[in-house]
Amino acid sequence: MRDDWLRRDRLPHIYCAGCGNGTIINCVLEAVDQIGWNMDDTVFVSGIGCSSRAPGYILTDSLHTTHGRALAFATGVKMANPSLNVVVFTGDGDLSAIGGNHFIHACRRNIDLTVVCMNNYIYGMTGGQGSPTTPIGKTSTTTPYGAEETPFDLAELAVAAGANYVARWTSFHVKRLTQAVLDGMNTPGFSFIEVRCQCPTSYGRRNKYRQPGDFITYLRDNAILKEQWDLSSAPGDELPQDKFLVGEYVRRKRPAMGVPHEA
Amino acid sequence: MQGNIACAEGALAAGCTFFAGYPITPSTEVAEHMAAKLPKRNGCFIQMEDEIASMAAIIGAAWTGVRAMTATSGPGFSLMMENIGYAVMSETPCVLVNVQRGGPSTGQPTMAAQGDMMQVRFGSHGDFSIIALSPSTVQECFELTAEAFNLADRFRCPVFVMADEVIGHMRERITIPDSVQIVRTKPLKEDMLPFTPEEDLIPGFAAFGTGRKIPVTGLTHNEKGYPDSTNPARHDALVRRLVDKVENARNQIADFEIVNEDAEYVFVCYGSPVRTVQEVVQRTKTPGTGYLKLRIVWPFPEDLLHRFPNVKAFIVPELNLGMISREIERHVCVPVISAGKIGGDLHSPDELIAIVERLRSGGAS
Repeated sequence: MRDDWLRRDRLPHIYCAGCGNGTIINCVLEAVDQIGWNMDDTVFVSGIGCSSRAPGYILTDSLHTTHGRALAFATGVKMANPSLNVVVFTGDGDLSAIGGNHFIHACRRNIDLTVVCMNNYIYGMTGGQGSPTTPIGKTSTTTPYGAEETPFDLAELAVAAGANYVARWTSFHVKRLTQAVLDGMNTPGFSFIEVRCQCPTSYGRRNKYRQPGDFITYLRDNAILKEQWDLSSAPGDELPQDKFLVGEYVRRKRPAMGVPHEA
Repeated sequence: MQGNIACAEGALAAGCTFFAGYPITPSTEVAEHMAAKLPKRNGCFIQMEDEIASMAAIIGAAWTGVRAMTATSGPGFSLMMENIGYAVMSETPCVLVNVQRGGPSTGQPTMAAQGDMMQVRFGSHGDFSIIALSPSTVQECFELTAEAFNLADRFRCPVFVMADEVIGHMRERITIPDSVQIVRTKPLKEDMLPFTPEEDLIPGFAAFGTGRKIPVTGLTHNEKGYPDSTNPARHDALVRRLVDKVENARNQIADFEIVNEDAEYVFVCYGSPVRTVQEVVQRTKTPGTGYLKLRIVWPFPEDLLHRFPNVKAFIVPELNLGMISREIERHVCVPVISAGKIGGDLHSPDELIAIVERLRSGGAS
């Protein structure tokens, strides 16, 4: 069933061996399958970067747009025809650097979109430059002595900006990720799913995760369930170095835009 | 009615149901009018976070099959350049109103200029061609904005209404017809790929949600819409087609007015300077003068310049330091006198008459 949604004549794809993006596309299409969306009523939108090549491999109408602007294009599609199901694929650089303003405003407006961000900590397509999510101390071609800037927490940013559904998982947590995408699709308003994923070629290679398996192990071992952390930590506690939270951040019913009227 | 409102009314008459924009002087009234009118017509008005997003949103909306537009002025127009290129490459029909003001940079927000006439033609990166109209009356704000939607659909490219602050804020009595002519995109035929051109070099259009599963990209692409960006022949063929589909039609779509074909001194004008030229030629009846008024400036209809058998010089009054005058120089062998004026005031009739008299007495301008 999921295979029916792929453009076989586009293969082979451009992703490097060991890339996490394929896993995430697979999870999103599984969620689309489970929710039962029709190909003809579904539109995938993206910006520029490795993540943003995803719509081109999926057999629906799609918009592969300009760098950082996917959410603004998707806003036009959804507001002009709310009956379409609109999913946005984006990456950490596309969404939170050049597209940061569009991101917070799409969250604020709570446009009825499902946004999946493949956060691989790096600009992969251009060869591994530091991004707004590159952790402090990590090496990239533009942070050769280690990144010095504090990274964004994309999930917290989406919560603060007003999105109705926010979750974070990794390319290791495929079942939980698929469920989160499904929950996002089922939540009217802006749904944001951040997915931390491996980029062995451009990030791992310079940061001791050359092997995809090592990178995925890192993602597994450093992810702390948000529910557990919320129960066990005191207010103001800092996460240990390298650790990050995964889980559902918010599911709420703030007023949303572009939600189709029930027939 | 005010020129900006007439632009909005022209869009509504043409069936525009989607407007995305960002406030900017002197174009804001277009957005305000659409904000008031569209919700009552089951349309959508959305104020975006900036002009980059406004341009993106109208392209997204256009792919759902609606008529979509935005309006802006210089600084916002600069921000739109990125996605104007995307609209060109993806062959997305959309309309932009640019109520021009003095630049560069923030410049003169409340004063008229025509300083974006080259930016509209060449401002986005890469080779391309677009269609730009220029109203010189409030009536033309209505008519040309409505017509812009037809041209956008016909040629599948962004179409620009290049007004200026004088026309945008001027009030004149206008006649609004019961209906305007509407020409929509050709449908994408069943057996055609989404980017296979027909004889006129323009592909048929199918909206999102109609089952054609169209992959749209800003990358160089093949007829299916699939990226193919490292094949030199593919890029050459695609970009030449995007240029030729507009340029080959330049005489067919030319929209102009000629007065005194036998004139020796011919004004070429567009936008608000037309009004001064009409004063000089028609009311003052300055001897030996005539004019060519362009309602469509780009693609430039150079054949019209050869309609003046006795011409000794072309005089080009524009609210910039000589943009379209350079285009005219490329096409003619007689002197082209650039009468550029910036600062916000229109030319006075006396200024233009003085140029004619200088020329007549054999002096250089």
